[in-house]
Amino acid sequence: MTPYEQDLTALFITLKLAGLTTLILLLIGTPVAWWLARTRWRLKFLVESVVALPLVLPPTVLGFYLLLTLGPHGPIGGLMESLGGRPLAFTFTGLVIGSVFYSMPFVIQPLQNAFTTIGRRPLEVAATLGASPLDRFFTVAVPLARPGFLTAAVLGFAHTLGEFGVVLMIGGNIPGETQVVSIAIYDHVESLEYTRAHWLSGGLLLLSFLLLMAVYALNRRFRMVQP
Amino acid sequence: MTIEARFHVERGDFTLDVDLAIPGSGVTAIFGPSGCGKTTLLRAIAGLERTPDDYLKVGNEIWQGPGKFLPPHRRPIGYVIQEPSLFVHLNVRRNLEYGLRRLSNRARKVSLEHAIELLGIGHLLERRPHQLSGGEQQRIAIARALAVSPAILLLDEPLAALEEQRKKEILPYLESLHQELQIPVLYVSHSRNEVARLADHMLLLTDGRIQAAGPVGELFSRLDLPLAHEADTETVIEAVVAGRDDTYDISYLDFSGGRFAVTGKPLPRNACVRLQVLARDVSLTLERQHQTSILNIFAATVEQLAEEGSAQVTVQLRVGSVSLLSRITRKSAVDLDLKPGSEIYAQVKGVAVLT
Repeated sequence: MTPYEQDLTALFITLKLAGLTTLILLLIGTPVAWWLARTRWRLKFLVESVVALPLVLPPTVLGFYLLLTLGPHGPIGGLMESLGGRPLAFTFTGLVIGSVFYSMPFVIQPLQNAFTTIGRRPLEVAATLGASPLDRFFTVAVPLARPGFLTAAVLGFAHTLGEFGVVLMIGGNIPGETQVVSIAIYDHVESLEYTRAHWLSGGLLLLSFLLLMAVYALNRRFRMVQP
Repeated sequence: MTIEARFHVERGDFTLDVDLAIPGSGVTAIFGPSGCGKTTLLRAIAGLERTPDDYLKVGNEIWQGPGKFLPPHRRPIGYVIQEPSLFVHLNVRRNLEYGLRRLSNRARKVSLEHAIELLGIGHLLERRPHQLSGGEQQRIAIARALAVSPAILLLDEPLAALEEQRKKEILPYLESLHQELQIPVLYVSHSRNEVARLADHMLLLTDGRIQAAGPVGELFSRLDLPLAHEADTETVIEAVVAGRDDTYDISYLDFSGGRFAVTGKPLPRNACVRLQVLARDVSLTLERQHQTSILNIFAATVEQLAEEGSAQVTVQLRVGSVSLLSRITRKSAVDLDLKPGSEIYAQVKGVAVLT
């Protein structure tokens, strides 16, 4: 692999990781956020704390526990091995699992806020108009929470792009498989290849800025359409 | 068809505890002060307050009973709340169609076109909710509720959040609903005026309990209820347009106790109208006055008297088969020696036509 190809591969892996992570988080996070927004369960704060944990936890701590779990001696890694697979640590799948945990609050919290803002009333109105619970979720709650979905998707994606600590702990630094842009940049700086570090850093900076800009611009438009 | 309900709902330190039967036709007003449980009662009928052991039977169908709870989306109801309720992500047409699309063809009895026409919203169909006034939004919400061909229409103070001008704009539409639709309407309100104009029956709710139930004319004039003891206490009388004298711009309206002469715009012959007579506009004489400017004088029997403080008395009269209230000074009541059974004449100084 030429140095140029290696950087391009790292970028491709990063985008694939961020995209997959966002998709999985939207699928898992939507029902969780919906439940958190609607439940009157007394102990709901426990679940909320767990969801928010990756916000405050050093990524290395999260990575460390994931490494133990997914590695050959961990419960999940061991299970995979006994089933004839290979442990998840140091694989792309392992990275996806790690990123899902790492970016979880960035997807679930905006969704939960969006669902809470809608309130019960539009859903009750939909119920009196004959819409079943699932029907009113898809035809009322989801469309009304659209700005929340957009924020969640972009924040989840952008945050996964910048992941470093967790990836390093459980993914290692295997070029072509688990080397993502942030780690490639670190490598380049370590070996004093500043030009390559510049290219990747600048690219990531621009991409993140464009994504956030899109979110804020679109959310402003939503607000204007739906006062 | 009647609606029978038994609800016991506890929310914090408020308890709704009612056992009621509502007529299966006409408008039944659920009337009472704020916080007396009107909205909770309507929500319970809609299935939005889930409580065990409650009972609700609409016509021959049990909606709620031992081991049975029909969820809100399976109840054939039209529900309009006080607050704006249109879906902001849909335009007016899609809002109107929302309930209709979820209705089987067999259950469609009211056409969307009819609902649109009844509420006069045909020109708004392509607008978005935020481009509409509060009154227009409410008219669309009512049309949307009608379009699901409900077995009951539940209206929870649909006018309360609107300004006076907007209320005047919607009231005629509600009156036409009353005349055109065969379905029972439950109308929650704390406005005497709306009840007097729209309702046939009423339930008086206080602190989560039913204080009285019956025809509007009867409840308005019952001296044991608070309605008869306010400064602007009124009687509501139903009458039929019998004729008109164009020379004097006067319409004649018949009721069981006689004939009212009412000035004002022509009314269609044989139409049923509602008259409002304020108690303070009714004076009493022992003998029929002949040389008087007052047009409406009726023979009446005193049924009951109730003192209002030390200066005034509210007198409940029977005129034909209707009750009429009169507010006079206590001195006059003593001078005229009024007591239950006294035969007197009621002079009505002012009458307002409500519909």
